[in-house]
Amino acid sequence: MLDPDSGLSLTIARIVRRLQGSSLHSQLERQARVSLHKPEIKLESLKEDIKDFLKTSGWEKKLQNAVYSELNVFPSPCHPAAPPEHMKEPLAYMRKAQGSWEKRILKSLNSMCTELSIPLAQKRPASEQKELLNKWNEMGTDEPDLSLFRPVYAPKDFLEVLMNLRNPNYENGEQPSFRNHLGLIQVPLKVKDIPELKEDFSELGLNTGQLGIDDSAQVPPEFFENEHVRVGQKVLAEQDSAAAQQYVRQGCPTALRADLWALILNISNQPEDILYYEQLKSNVIQYDLLVDSLIYKDVKLTASNDDYYFVFEDYLYQVLLCFSRDTSVLEHFTYSSATPPKSYIRGKLGIEEYAVFYPPNGVIPFHGFSMYVAPLCFLYHEPSKLYQIFREMYVRFFFRLHSISSHPSGIVSLCLLFETLLQTHLPQLFYHLREIGAQPLRISFKWMVRAFSGYLATDQLLLLWDRILGYNSLEILAVLAAAVFAFRAVNLMEVTSLAAAEAVLADLSTLKVMPLLQIFLFATVT
Amino acid sequence: MSGAAGPGRAPLPCAARAAAALQLPGGAEAARPGVAVIDLRFPRGGAADVHEIVFKNFYTAFLSVRVQRAGPPGPRRWVTCLRDHRLMPSPHTEEGSQDYFSLRHHQMLCDMEQVTALRFILRQPSPAWLHFSIEELQSPQKDFPSWLSQLTPPEQPASPHGELPDPEKVSTEVQQMWVLTEVIRARQAAARIGRFDVDGCYDVNLLSYT
Repeated sequence: MLDPDSGLSLTIARIVRRLQGSSLHSQLERQARVSLHKPEIKLESLKEDIKDFLKTSGWEKKLQNAVYSELNVFPSPCHPAAPPEHMKEPLAYMRKAQGSWEKRILKSLNSMCTELSIPLAQKRPASEQKELLNKWNEMGTDEPDLSLFRPVYAPKDFLEVLMNLRNPNYENGEQPSFRNHLGLIQVPLKVKDIPELKEDFSELGLNTGQLGIDDSAQVPPEFFENEHVRVGQKVLAEQDSAAAQQYVRQGCPTALRADLWALILNISNQPEDILYYEQLKSNVIQYDLLVDSLIYKDVKLTASNDDYYFVFEDYLYQVLLCFSRDTSVLEHFTYSSATPPKSYIRGKLGIEEYAVFYPPNGVIPFHGFSMYVAPLCFLYHEPSKLYQIFREMYVRFFFRLHSISSHPSGIVSLCLLFETLLQTHLPQLFYHLREIGAQPLRISFKWMVRAFSGYLATDQLLLLWDRILGYNSLEILAVLAAAVFAFRAVNLMEVTSLAAAEAVLADLSTLKVMPLLQIFLFATVT
Repeated sequence: MSGAAGPGRAPLPCAARAAAALQLPGGAEAARPGVAVIDLRFPRGGAADVHEIVFKNFYTAFLSVRVQRAGPPGPRRWVTCLRDHRLMPSPHTEEGSQDYFSLRHHQMLCDMEQVTALRFILRQPSPAWLHFSIEELQSPQKDFPSWLSQLTPPEQPASPHGELPDPEKVSTEVQQMWVLTEVIRARQAAARIGRFDVDGCYDVNLLSYT
C-alpha cells in the first residue's frame, strides 16, 4: 500500500495530467487573461488577484467540480511497482476468468458473423447514408429483418460463469465446511454486514427525511418536502458537485433531478460536447456495424415491449448507436477488468498499424443493455445531453455490472453481498429456497445486472438511482434485492419450486423502494 | 525470488530461498502451520543500507521483519524492525491478498543501515488458503524521487500597502507570466480526435483472440 504522502502526490499528478489540455483548462486560461484588463488585478500581487477573481466569478468552483469528478471516477493510484493490469483487477484468477469470458463472447460474435456472412463493419453506400440521415429521428419505424440475429449473451449465461468462479488458492474442498458458501458465489470477497451498511447509508435512517417516504400524500409538505426542495435549489445555484452528491442521498425532487444529476456527473453540455455528439452521429451515418443490429434487436426485445419506455425507442437508437462509435469510452478500460476486443483491417492481419478496436468503444452490448439508457429518457430530452449523461453513468457504474472483478461495486461482490445478507437475516427463507432448488441469486441476478431498470416503476427506479449517484456505489442494489425477498418472505416460504418462487417475485412494479430499504437496514431486528 | 528491476530499483542482491514453513521437529506429515520464513542474506558477507522494501503479497496476512546488522564481531543478534504488519485487513477474505506493498525506513523500529541479512516472517492464520508467500521482493537503492516529496512552498502574500513595488520583482513576475503563456500556446491540447478508422477505412476482419 502507498503511504499517504506519496499517494496524495501521485493522485495530484494524475489529476493535473488529465485536466491539462481539457477545455476547462483553456477556458480558465482565457478567463485569467481576460481578467488582466480588470482594475482590481494589480501587477505586484498578480497571482493572488487572479486567484481571487477566479473564485468570485465561479470558475474555481468549476475546477473543484472537475477535480471531484476525477476523484470519484478513478480509483486511488496503485503502487508504482504494480503493472497496469493490477489497477484493472488485482486478483490474477479474476483477470483470467474475465479473459476466458471475453474470449467466449468474441467466439460467439465471430461465429454469428461467419454464419450470416455479414461483415463486422462496412462503409454505407451514399444512398443509404442519405436515407439514414433523413430518418434519424424516427429510426424506430424501421423494421429490418433481425430474426437471424441473436443477442451475444444474456444475464443468465453470465451468472453461470460467476457460479463457476473459483480461487485456485482457496480451500474449495468437497466436504461441506465453513469455507463453502451456501449460495451460488464461491469466492471469498469481503462484503459488508448490516452494521457497516447502516453506517455507510446513514442518511437513509429512520430519523432523516427521505423523498420516497416523507413526500407521500399523507405527510404535510411543510415537514420535509418544501425545505428539501429549497435546499436543492440552493445547491443548484451554488453549482457545487460535492454538495449535490451529498444532497441526493435523501432523494431528488423531480423538477430538479435532471440538473442535479448533470451537476454530480459534471456534464455541462458545452458547444464542443454538442459538436462531439454530431461527429459521432456522422460516424453512424458513414459506417454500418454488426453491433448496430444487435442494438436494434435488443431495443425491440426489451424497451419497445415495456409499457413505460416504448415511447423512447427513437432516443435509444440515437444514443446507443453513437455510444458504439465513441472512442473516449476506451479510457474506462484502465480501471475496468475488461479489455476491448481487437481486430485488424481486412487484409492486414497481424500488422499493428492496422489494428483497431471493435466496436470503436470496446463494449459489446448484451441482452438488456438498452435498459441502462431507457430511464434516463424521462429526464433528458436533448439527445446530446442524454448521450453524455448515459456515457458518464456507464463509465462510472454500469460497466461494473457485466464484468468479473473484485471491486466492492462489481457484480461478483454484489451477488455475494446479496446472498450473505439473505443468509444472515433470513436464514429460514434462504434454507427453504435452497432446499427446493430455487437459489435466491437465480432470481435476483437479473434485477441487479440491470440495476432494476424495467422491473421497478420508473419513479421508484429514479429514487434508487439517486442513491447510487449519492453514495457513488452500487451496493444499494444488493441491499434492495435482499429487502425485496424479506418483504415477500411469507409468500416465498410457501412455494415448492423455482418456477413458483419466480412467480411470487415476477412483478415488482408496485413496490416502494425507500420504505423497503429503510425497514431492511434500520428496522429489522438483527 | 529477486524479480525484475524497475526504474531506480535494484533487486536485493542476495541469495534468497523459497519460503520455508515452520515445522515441528519430528513431525511425520507436513502440517500447515500458518507461519513461514524467508531468509535473505547478502552474498559474501556484504552489507547495505536498506531504505525501502517493495514486494507483492500472495495471501500473507501479517508480516514481521528482522534484520541482522554488521557490527562488532561476535554472535550476531536478530533485531525486529517490523512487528506483525497487517497486509490483509480480513485474513479470511481477498482484500489485500495480491496487492503491492512498500515498507519504508520510517515505518521500521530500528535503523536499517549496514544490514547483512533480512528475515521475513509471514503469518496467515486463516486455514482457507492453500499457500501464502510474498513475491517480487525488491529494494530500491535510492530514495523516492525528490520532486514527489517536495511540496510547493507556502506563498508569501504581497504587502498591499507598501511603497512602489520593487521593479526587479515585478519584471521577473511579468517574465514568468510571459513564459507561461508561451509554453501554453506551444503545448498541444490533449484533444480527443475520436477517429476509430485507419486512413478512412474501417473494413474489419474477424475479431482477434490474442
